[in-house]
Amino acid sequence: MQLAKVIGDVVVTQKDDNLHGIKLMVLQPLAPDGSAVGRTLVAVDAVGAGVGETVFFVRGKEASFPFYPTEVPADAGIVGIVDQVHLG
Amino acid sequence: MQLARVVGTVVATQKHAKFEGAKLLLVQPIGLDDAPRGTPLLAVDSVGAGVHEKVLVVIEGRAAGEALGRKAAPVDAAIIGIVDHVDTVE
Repeated sequence: MQLAKVIGDVVVTQKDDNLHGIKLMVLQPLAPDGSAVGRTLVAVDAVGAGVGETVFFVRGKEASFPFYPTEVPADAGIVGIVDQVHLG
Repeated sequence: MQLARVVGTVVATQKHAKFEGAKLLLVQPIGLDDAPRGTPLLAVDSVGAGVHEKVLVVIEGRAAGEALGRKAAPVDAAIIGIVDHVDTVE
């Protein structure tokens, strides 16, 4: 998983049937110190995240697991909202 | 699998149900020389690792789900061991 900030959402009217009712958010991956790292991406949202929140997301087929048994065609998914990061 | 150093912890109250009770640690992948390689990532901990420890991480969904012991968990990385030492001949 990786940390990211939700920086927007994507509205898609015409889409795969299995994406209906699922929020699509724009993520900027973050390093642990909160700085942006890497390219932005779009992820499905399984936890009700909002724009401006820090979240963690999973990459790969596992992004669709929260929506089981619906087989959602996603390769990235938000699975948690971050309260705090403690660096050792 | 990948060697990594635990560099931090993450607290998340609101998360997918399959993460309940799971510990989330930030790990920095490292090379054999202990130098950081790439971007730190978040892994579930199934072995009781702590900050600063050198660990072994799987970065693949099926393996990570098995380490967590939960079917169909939306995870892609898990700590599966705490490294005592690494021996290489060169």
